[in-house]
Amino acid sequence: MSLVKTQSVAEIKVRNRELIEEVLKVYPEKTAKRRAKHLNVQEAGKSDCGVKSNIKSIPGVMTIRGCAYAGSKGVVWGPIKDMIHISHGPVGCGQYSWAARRNYYIGTTGVDTFVTMQFTTDFQENDIVFGGDKKLSKVMDEIQVLFPLNNGITVQSECPIGLIGDDIEAVSKVKSKQYDGKTIVPVRCEGFRGVSQSLGHHIANDAIRDWVFDKIPADAAPKFEPSDYDVAIIGDYNIGGDAWSSRILLEQMGLRVIAQWSGDGSLAELEATPKAKLNVLHCYRSMNYISRHMEEKYGIPWVEYNFFGPSKIAESLRKIASFFDDKIKEGAERVIAQYQPLMDAVIAKYRPRLEGKTVMLFVGGLRPRHVIGAYEDLGMEVVGTGYEFGHNDDYQRTAQHYVKDGTLIYDDVTGYEFEKFVEKIQPDLVGSGIKEKYVFQKMGVPFRQMHSWDYSGPYHGYDGFAIFARDMDMAINAPIWKMAKAPWKQESAPTLLAAE
Amino acid sequence: MSSLRQIAFYGKGGIGKSTTSQNTLAALAEMGHRIMIVGCDPKADSTRLILHAKAQDTILSLPAAAGSVEDLELEEVMKIGYRDIKCVESGGPEPGVGCAGRGVITSINFLEENGAYEDLDYVSYDVLGDVVCGGFAMPIRENKAQEIYIVMSGEMMAMYAANNISKGILKYANSGGVRLGGLICNERQTDKELELAEAMAKKLGTQLIYFVPRDNIVQHAELRRMTVLEYAPESAQAQHYRTLANKIHNNVGKGIIPTPITMDELEDMLMEHGIMKPVDESVVGKTAAELAAEMAAA
Repeated sequence: MSLVKTQSVAEIKVRNRELIEEVLKVYPEKTAKRRAKHLNVQEAGKSDCGVKSNIKSIPGVMTIRGCAYAGSKGVVWGPIKDMIHISHGPVGCGQYSWAARRNYYIGTTGVDTFVTMQFTTDFQENDIVFGGDKKLSKVMDEIQVLFPLNNGITVQSECPIGLIGDDIEAVSKVKSKQYDGKTIVPVRCEGFRGVSQSLGHHIANDAIRDWVFDKIPADAAPKFEPSDYDVAIIGDYNIGGDAWSSRILLEQMGLRVIAQWSGDGSLAELEATPKAKLNVLHCYRSMNYISRHMEEKYGIPWVEYNFFGPSKIAESLRKIASFFDDKIKEGAERVIAQYQPLMDAVIAKYRPRLEGKTVMLFVGGLRPRHVIGAYEDLGMEVVGTGYEFGHNDDYQRTAQHYVKDGTLIYDDVTGYEFEKFVEKIQPDLVGSGIKEKYVFQKMGVPFRQMHSWDYSGPYHGYDGFAIFARDMDMAINAPIWKMAKAPWKQESAPTLLAAE
Repeated sequence: MSSLRQIAFYGKGGIGKSTTSQNTLAALAEMGHRIMIVGCDPKADSTRLILHAKAQDTILSLPAAAGSVEDLELEEVMKIGYRDIKCVESGGPEPGVGCAGRGVITSINFLEENGAYEDLDYVSYDVLGDVVCGGFAMPIRENKAQEIYIVMSGEMMAMYAANNISKGILKYANSGGVRLGGLICNERQTDKELELAEAMAKKLGTQLIYFVPRDNIVQHAELRRMTVLEYAPESAQAQHYRTLANKIHNNVGKGIIPTPITMDELEDMLMEHGIMKPVDESVVGKTAAELAAEMAAA
């Protein structure tokens, strides 16, 4: 569907720069000046993408961002399956984040696991005026009675909590004491804090540090027998089973996964992690904070990896293995070889159907860069990408390891900019979220949701790549695109004549 | 309804707002006006002299105990006191929790929705200390109090507060219609009090509407939970409150948009009247030990 496939890099750069100029024209001068800093055309050899990031969105534009509560409750804490996460405040935030982000987990929901359930203090006017601490205590008591197998509670603060100054720390301490030292974690992730969900990740990481790690006595014996090959998966939320298809690879190469953060994770796994030998970090953005903390405090090294597509998977398996002995290094080679036939078959089947197709991405966390390798394994090209809430270190990683010369970069893209870019570039596929999906499909551009995997997945690991390849083919080569015809290209319908 | 006049008393905490307002309103009642007092202070002590009661059930306390404000009936919270003055207290949380400002908003909305403003000549809001947040500014927003009376004295902090409250009025004067009715000086017997109060009023662009002299009879009445008007109607102090009430009554439509001054201007004014000594800039931020060392060196 791309309009011109034979453009040189130089021509693409000129076109992209003109495109940026064009979208900025519609803004008032001040807004244009501010937005200009978030848009750029990648120059080869640069150490970052040349855009400003992690800055407040401009009122009046349609931003795709979320809030600090979304970052803590929705991303970091929500998937911890054996704890109950209370949305503390009015009912809306909890209601609209109910059922989580397809963070798969094993357990019996409502008995020993609670991820897809929704707990809220449901603030009323009275709770605002008189404070919500009494109600919070009551909710915790009710949780203890109704769900006795819960292993802990977190308090996810909604905006009003910060405004009225509810002392959720005091309530958490009192209730923890009352319930024999139960882990109860107050999280100050009020939505008005920070510029996006990113601060919520940081606050949630800090809450794990202060209310989980620091509660473990320094001399306490681990609750498991440590081994030399213990690793923790950090920053995999098990969307559609991602962490599972990643975990088996680590296990097949001889490592032992002692914790998953936080997809299908449990409180015990969080508590076990300070005994890991290596933390393997997938989503750098949301969990680099706790990884750095564990490095400083417990001396645990951490390594970033990428399990999208066979090229990056092989690279990552070798990188992870380099922290261990030959047994693991051999294990990594064995795993890579073992899956090679499957990967060859997948590529043989789908690459001919996808070769040369172009993609534009706009997602959060790690995906604006991490999935680029997987598309390239299928012969596709990412021509534009950007982060909802990335920081400069994300753009550095993107520039140094992922994007090509001339790629269009758009940070915290606005609804208008994204539409215009796609309209002009006409990629074969757009990968973004649910809010964007129907806009682009109605424009006739194939689309995949790259937050939820469009109710498919997993996309991580070798097994995930097979599904990823199938899904991308399904979106781009769906017969529906041949059936849709623009109204002005349709033949005029026969005129109805009245019976004589 | 068209003749309904809404006023509010603001001022620094402890200045005698509630005492002044209740005595003045008692005098207005004596003149035959139908009055409602809306207490907007979590302490809920704005109506005790009228009701002879320590405290009344507040708008917020009943739903706090049982359900929501929607279930509340006006009769449950409106009490009738001296000369048929209607009294309601907003109430609010205990100190240190929740949001008292939201409580004021909730209470006033409740009163409006339940028709508490009908068949009245005067509604008076008695608001705590300072306009600390949007909630406590509720009584001065559009369609609420038309005139604000600031109770103050010759003390410096009372004048700071008066100036701050004027800033709040200024903000809402432009968006709504509120005006500053004037200052009421509640005598503290500080130096040059009348002179200062008049100067302050002038700076703010308003008038000192009345200077209420200090008299122990006010305390005697208060101990009996009564206004002076009721306790000693023939006293000179009662007469003062009647005069004040008359002035307020005749002040309708004469409110102004205040011109609050800067901190520096306020300090200059105090220095002009010899209340404050000019600050020696060379000693600012120096400890006693440092100053002693300088003295020794000199």
